[in-house]
Amino acid sequence: MEKNTIDARGLSCPQPVIVTKAALEKMKSGTAEILVDTVTSRENVIRFTTRAGWKTSWKETETGFAVTAEK
Amino acid sequence: MDKMFMSKNGPAIAGAIIGVIGALLVKFGNPGNMGFCVACFTRDIAGAFGLHRAAVVQYLRPEIAGFIIGAFISALAFSEFRPRGGSSPMVRFALGFFAMIGALVFLGCPWRAYLRLAGGDFNAVAGIAGLVCGIGGVWFLCGGFSLGAARPTPKAAGFVMPLFAAAILVFLFVKPLFGPEGTGPIFFSEKGPGAAHAPILISLAAGLAVGWLAQRTRFCTIGAVRDLMIVKDAHLFKGILSFIIAALIVNVALGQFKPGFEGQPVAHTMHLWNFLGMLLSGLAFTLAGGCPGRMLIMSGEGDSDAGVFVLGMLIGAAFAHNFTAASSAAGIGPHGAAATIIGLVFCLAVGFAFKNKMA
Repeated sequence: MEKNTIDARGLSCPQPVIVTKAALEKMKSGTAEILVDTVTSRENVIRFTTRAGWKTSWKETETGFAVTAEK
Repeated sequence: MDKMFMSKNGPAIAGAIIGVIGALLVKFGNPGNMGFCVACFTRDIAGAFGLHRAAVVQYLRPEIAGFIIGAFISALAFSEFRPRGGSSPMVRFALGFFAMIGALVFLGCPWRAYLRLAGGDFNAVAGIAGLVCGIGGVWFLCGGFSLGAARPTPKAAGFVMPLFAAAILVFLFVKPLFGPEGTGPIFFSEKGPGAAHAPILISLAAGLAVGWLAQRTRFCTIGAVRDLMIVKDAHLFKGILSFIIAALIVNVALGQFKPGFEGQPVAHTMHLWNFLGMLLSGLAFTLAGGCPGRMLIMSGEGDSDAGVFVLGMLIGAAFAHNFTAASSAAGIGPHGAAATIIGLVFCLAVGFAFKNKMA
């Protein structure tokens, strides 16, 4: 099982989604943790990962949020 | 109620409400097809502060202050006030500057482009086509374009733009006059678009409501098209559709729908420059990460970079009029073409210079 961490904290729209998309397309399956710093980025990333068929959850961290996507 | 706004239909619901309010504000006195125009209103504010002396476009638009304060209150209420900044602020200032140049060549921000269409102004079609092409700047984003990551800032940094918005309102109500010959430093148009406005409290209430709504739903006229292009996500696009349809329905009902090209309010018929003006704006907004309305909202959420972009727009508006680059109903200004081309070259240069900068 591959596990990747993608740091999208502080990036402007739509870069968190773009980096997530690029990473997940490369991984194809496994577990990815995407770090974001705003609720908007969290929602955008989750909307993308869910639509792309990844099982998604999130938790709050000290610096924002960590979204976990599994497939 | 917040659940509804945060649902997948949130932007569509918000778009419809904003469209209705936009059309109603014209009924209440705002200039034609200008219920909301972030570019025009910011330009009016620049004029009211005496940063430019185009006497017909000077007014402290309460809608703009309302957007920022409404978003600020909403962000505080929902724990989304997260002050941040430091992502190439100078570049963002310049992008705001040129986004405004393009908008004033077209005569409207993306919000007004759609409102013009909903009012029957078909000149807006060329502008919207330019806007969509400008959003094609996502090519840079997909190629790794980034202005760098913002970082959390001390909380107080996020209060600056809401305070600026509050100051706009204070000056609007106090109207200080201590400049030379008893005029200024605040100027208000006596005729022209700057003199056309809804009653202050209605404008302010509309601005606050839209600021709140747009903060909750992330309503964004650039993101709408951009997300369709890059991830085929129509989430925000539905917001634009319902925005146009709602404004159209209210315009028809109120007799404000006047289809045609000629004689449209605060608009010109030079299609090439309508296209190129919005091309410039669309590209600048795309590189900065959102439409001008969204920038105001994010500045209320504590995003200093968005605030810097807004200030770039304010100064860009002053330069657009002082350098006769802004258009009028007669057509583009004497230096509108040159300013648009300089802006396009600048934005392309930024696009290439910051490509492959994604960590």
